[in-house]
Amino acid sequence: MKKLAFTTALTFAAFTLQAQAQEPRRGGTIRFTAPYGASFVSNDSHVSNQIQDEIYGYALHGMLYKWDAKNSKPVLDIAKSVEVSADGKTYTYKLRDEALFHNGRKLTADDVIWSYTRIMDGSKNYPGARYVARIVGATEVQKGQAKEISGLKKIDDSTFSMTLTDKADPGYFLFQAQTAILPAKEAQAAGFFDKPIGLGPFKFVEHVPGSRMVFERWEKYYLAGKPYADKLVISPMGEAAARDVAFRNKEVDVSILGSTQYVAYKADPNLSKGILEVAEVFTRNMGMNPTFKPFSDKRVRQAINYAIDSELIIKRLVRDKAYRAASWLPLSSPAFDKDAKPYAFDPEKAKKLLVEAGYPDGFEFEWVATPNESWGVPIVEATIPMLAKVGIKVKVKPVETSALGGVVVGGDFQAYIWSNTSGPDTLTALKCFHSSTPRSSCNYTTFKNAGYDKLIDDASNEADPAKQLDLLKKANALLQEEAPVWFFNYNKAVLAYQPWLHGLQPNSTELALQRYEDLWVDTTSPAAK
Amino acid sequence: MLPYVFRRLLQAIPILLAVAALIFVLFSVIPGNFATSQMADGRSNIDAATIARMNEQFGLNDPLPLRFAKYVGGLATFDLGDSFRTRQPVTNLIGERLWPSLQLALAAMFFAIVIGVPLGFLAALKPGSWVDMFSMVFAVSGLSLPMFWLGLLLMYFFALTLNWFPSFGYGDGDPRYIVLPAIALGVSPLALLARTSRAAVLEILHADFVRTARAKGASAYRVMRWHVARNALVIVLTTLGLQFGSVLGQAVVVEKLFAWPGLGSLLVDSVTWRDIPAVQGCILTIVLFFLVVNIAVDVLCAVVDPRIKYS
Repeated sequence: MKKLAFTTALTFAAFTLQAQAQEPRRGGTIRFTAPYGASFVSNDSHVSNQIQDEIYGYALHGMLYKWDAKNSKPVLDIAKSVEVSADGKTYTYKLRDEALFHNGRKLTADDVIWSYTRIMDGSKNYPGARYVARIVGATEVQKGQAKEISGLKKIDDSTFSMTLTDKADPGYFLFQAQTAILPAKEAQAAGFFDKPIGLGPFKFVEHVPGSRMVFERWEKYYLAGKPYADKLVISPMGEAAARDVAFRNKEVDVSILGSTQYVAYKADPNLSKGILEVAEVFTRNMGMNPTFKPFSDKRVRQAINYAIDSELIIKRLVRDKAYRAASWLPLSSPAFDKDAKPYAFDPEKAKKLLVEAGYPDGFEFEWVATPNESWGVPIVEATIPMLAKVGIKVKVKPVETSALGGVVVGGDFQAYIWSNTSGPDTLTALKCFHSSTPRSSCNYTTFKNAGYDKLIDDASNEADPAKQLDLLKKANALLQEEAPVWFFNYNKAVLAYQPWLHGLQPNSTELALQRYEDLWVDTTSPAAK
Repeated sequence: MLPYVFRRLLQAIPILLAVAALIFVLFSVIPGNFATSQMADGRSNIDAATIARMNEQFGLNDPLPLRFAKYVGGLATFDLGDSFRTRQPVTNLIGERLWPSLQLALAAMFFAIVIGVPLGFLAALKPGSWVDMFSMVFAVSGLSLPMFWLGLLLMYFFALTLNWFPSFGYGDGDPRYIVLPAIALGVSPLALLARTSRAAVLEILHADFVRTARAKGASAYRVMRWHVARNALVIVLTTLGLQFGSVLGQAVVVEKLFAWPGLGSLLVDSVTWRDIPAVQGCILTIVLFFLVVNIAVDVLCAVVDPRIKYS
């Protein structure tokens, strides 16, 4: 099932991309949607950590790296080359000569250093600080103990070096719009964010809060000939039903689909031709708190995994808009073991494990869940009869989506269900289960296993990528065995697109995030002119 | 009249303070805060130190009475504080959203008045007729239809099927964009106005002064114009005021559905992210609008009916 899903996903993406391989056309307007509910927070990309704001950030800004969706890895964006020191901690970047801000000024190393220093301003708590904090001296700036990040050194106007606190690939954490490079002097002027400028493929035109953000082509974008479209309009549209009408009415070029729409679009002979599916780096899971006695026993956690028919839930409730999870790492991870089999649905085995663990009559627990249709109360309700068959009773404790993080970080739960990022950086994703990682960071189940810690530590220190990958695979397999969570599914993101829109990328980090410079509309678009 | 208006405006101050206090208390007891709400998408891991810094930065570690006192102090100078989410003054955010909201509220009420009031009058003049039946069925339906569902229905029918109007967005002066959200928002007040107008006219038609006017030989037009309409107008105006005032608050659903850049969508976003200053600002603005509209209606009632005196 898993292999089939993986192959199908890749084939689908490849087929879609092949179908789009035509000669790009210049001109027209791309009408994009930002589907995650809220309005854009502001015109300052450093302020928000929400995907919704990254959607416009990718149009306006250049970052040190960008995500190469086709090859699923970060690549240099505003830098043309990088050299890595022997210890793997110092990176020396040469910036692109042709990278110009939207006012025509050339990008310099000062702009990069100033932008990262701004992000570390402790009085502002910009969300990108968690990425920049991996540079030596960054946290000192955050604490007000230094004014400059000591790990950032300007070598000349186009060159700078960056020293990291630990050995890591900075590409994985410096490609988000929260780490956008702003023009140092201009950004400090009053009113800059009324009409911000960046290095991205599109220039800011206007922002009508709650309704739209409009951009026009930056003619001097560093990639010659790109972007293709004259104009880009991004409309925040959180209501799926309203987005559906707008898409069918040809008022927008893309729409992210929920599970109900996914079924409807797949069944429609026309709409089904424009669907892009990607296994995103999110793992839906039920986290179990080991301070609640039954969950401290591995056998009980395994029993939960055996007792729930995950495939049935995915098929019936999630409408196949998900891939069955084997362990923590998602399908798109290089350390995902394609031969790993997920926990089978085996209530008898679950009962046996519960007897061995000393719970022959089962037990009762409280399960915190949000209303989310794909990983919330509806899913929990589906598991209740399954768990009851092995003697486990569930009491649902509903919470609002925005309160879930607080509940989990505070440890105020016996179990929760959530969708957590499990990529794109495999090592970072797995470090969340290292015993030194506190619950408040991302070890929500306070998982502690000496063997696992050693695998992660060894992987962190391993210079050979192949050996490191092998260690990470082992860690992921151990995680499956230890089952700190119920491994439910990996998100299948689905984007519906109009036939005239080309160049979409299967971005596994978040499908709604597209490199707009690669998109173009053909003459059949209602907004082709 | 002026002292009355001034007194009513002064009375609004404790009401606004009570509302502000209520929101403060509510947001202090519901789970979640701004820092932890940032983790909702499961992508962002915010460590304990950051959460602590954010709570300190936004003054959330202070005792509730102190926070409230600071807020009230700010209100005295028309400072609604800074939004946690955008880090901008809340007054700026509200300033950006107020005009689109007022546009929508005015359009919705215009739709409700031009259809609802004549419908109610016609129904009352021909009780038991098909007009009466239609208007009452329409009124009951209009009051019971969920706004979200109605909005979607309008989108499907008038945007997708007939292609008469765009299904979403803010057209910067293009009137076609406001039509569907205004209808969605206006149907409920329309229904109430139709019912109220009908009831008012029916009652007045049976009043002694109308019978006297008819007995004195006044024409049907004169009876309607000078006796029925004028008296009914006071009741209609009162309903209108209540509806006009609350339509801004009811716009929450419609604005989100149609991607209309008003106060309603700002309020929803702010509640979602536990952006307390923005929530406070939006609700206080809506309450203030409600109070001002109702004072204006009271004044209008006195103009229409000289028997009404405010002393």
